[in-house]
Amino acid sequence: MSMSATQPLVRAVDVHKRFGEFHALHGITLDIAPGEVLCVIGPSGSGKSTFLRCINQLESVSDGALWVGGELVGFRRVGDKLHALSETEIARQRLKTGMVFQRFNLFPHMTVLENVTEGPVQVLKRPRAEVVAEARALLDRVGLAAKCDAFPIELSGGQQQRVAIARALAMKPQLMLFDEPTSALDPELVGEVLAVMRDLAKSGMTMVVVTHELGFAREVATRVMFMDQGRVVETGTPEQVLSTPQHARTREFISAVRG
Amino acid sequence: MLSASAAAPADKAADAAPADAAELGSISHLKHVPRRYWGRYLATALIVIALLFVANAFAHGKIEWSYVAKFLTAQSILTGLVNTVVMSILAMALGIVLGVVTAVMRLSTNPVLSWVARGYTWLFRGTPVILQLLLWFNLALVFPTIGLPGVWETRTVDLMTPFLAALMGLGINQGAYTSEVVRAGLLSVDVGQYEAAKAIGMPRLLALRRIILPQAMRVIIPPIGNEFVGMIKLTSLASVIQYAEMLHNAQNIYYANARVIELLIVAGIWYVVVVTVLSLVQSRIELFYARGAGRAAARQ
Repeated sequence: MSMSATQPLVRAVDVHKRFGEFHALHGITLDIAPGEVLCVIGPSGSGKSTFLRCINQLESVSDGALWVGGELVGFRRVGDKLHALSETEIARQRLKTGMVFQRFNLFPHMTVLENVTEGPVQVLKRPRAEVVAEARALLDRVGLAAKCDAFPIELSGGQQQRVAIARALAMKPQLMLFDEPTSALDPELVGEVLAVMRDLAKSGMTMVVVTHELGFAREVATRVMFMDQGRVVETGTPEQVLSTPQHARTREFISAVRG
Repeated sequence: MLSASAAAPADKAADAAPADAAELGSISHLKHVPRRYWGRYLATALIVIALLFVANAFAHGKIEWSYVAKFLTAQSILTGLVNTVVMSILAMALGIVLGVVTAVMRLSTNPVLSWVARGYTWLFRGTPVILQLLLWFNLALVFPTIGLPGVWETRTVDLMTPFLAALMGLGINQGAYTSEVVRAGLLSVDVGQYEAAKAIGMPRLLALRRIILPQAMRVIIPPIGNEFVGMIKLTSLASVIQYAEMLHNAQNIYYANARVIELLIVAGIWYVVVVTVLSLVQSRIELFYARGAGRAAARQ
């Protein structure tokens, strides 16, 4: 099950997701190579967040198959059947991915430093002293070394989101997932979060970013994917998708977002 | 009359923003006078008068205050007080443990756990606590002996003392109520917190212990404090099964000396003292769990 350099980090084959009657994902097939920065764009309700949440199993896949780091997500194959994994096994698989949420979801009863050290200490059972040193370095990297002892409520939205990025990185994931990381921010705070994400992309981290920031996608993405009504409409380089889109639906969306 | 009616429009004119710049400059430097709350002074005076009337009535009523003073520290009363406090703490501890476990079971995705929790809450909230106390105390009528066959066995009457019967009856009943308080607390935590805990690889129980419960505590503590206060007084029901709590002992004294009101006042004073101490402890606990929740949450 080990991963060679040519093997994709994420492989999705005909992934479907249904919420009762509602068909949120209509067969997504896609490979993401290590080091890629994939920006997913599309109108609300297009399934882009659902797809992201399937990758780290906040949602289970209804049909089709998904691999992360060469490992089948959520199931074990026995003969010609797929057996659902236990909660503990799913928790272990999630360690490969880090997730940043639209609404930050920092732990409000913990300081900034405690937010970052919580996972490595409680889940990975690593020694606290070592984890604290790493956490301070991570917070320094996102420009918040001075805020270690602050509580989340004392920070601006942009600062909270940067802490959330540090919290996810502290688990040393192979893949970072961003679910509209700047959508809940005041306009003047968007830049600082995008700057951190840009640095992260430069460092070679594999990233899947659901976003409405077309400028960021154009500049940082290695690939842009446009989704609508649970389907991938088109995929390509930022130039291809954002400047010369092939589909009318993509053109409409891009001109609507540009306003 | 003429001047008063003339003054009213003049005041109105003074409230309007003046047109010229000189006037604007001078009004912005006028002294602020705080509002006087005459109603509050009046209400305070009325309440003080009413309290004096009540105090006077009790001072001249048929109460021998010397008996109140004498029995306030009587050995039997103090023993009863200790029994009341010990039983409240133990029954409440049992209730909280059962309540947390039941609430977590109730919200589990495992239908067996969830329905066992529902069944427990349904049964023990469905019957009066005095009935449950009597059932535990009279357990020997159902099971004359109790134990593991072949390993250890004893007569139920020896085991089911008033103390144990009171603890089981009050604690298990309390657990059913506390589980709903804890469940409300767990539901009050934003779903994003569960997801963030999952996203850093936490299994469910670790997420509950480290992330969800500490946040739920802020919502859980005030009603639990309420239930604790209720429990202190509920222990007086255990007098029906001969548990020597404070009211039980006070009654034993007045059966002998007929000083009914004096001894009820003695018990009342001690109940108020215990509840007051408990309320102070509760505010400290609330402050602790308000950590990181901002100024509004620390407000008492």
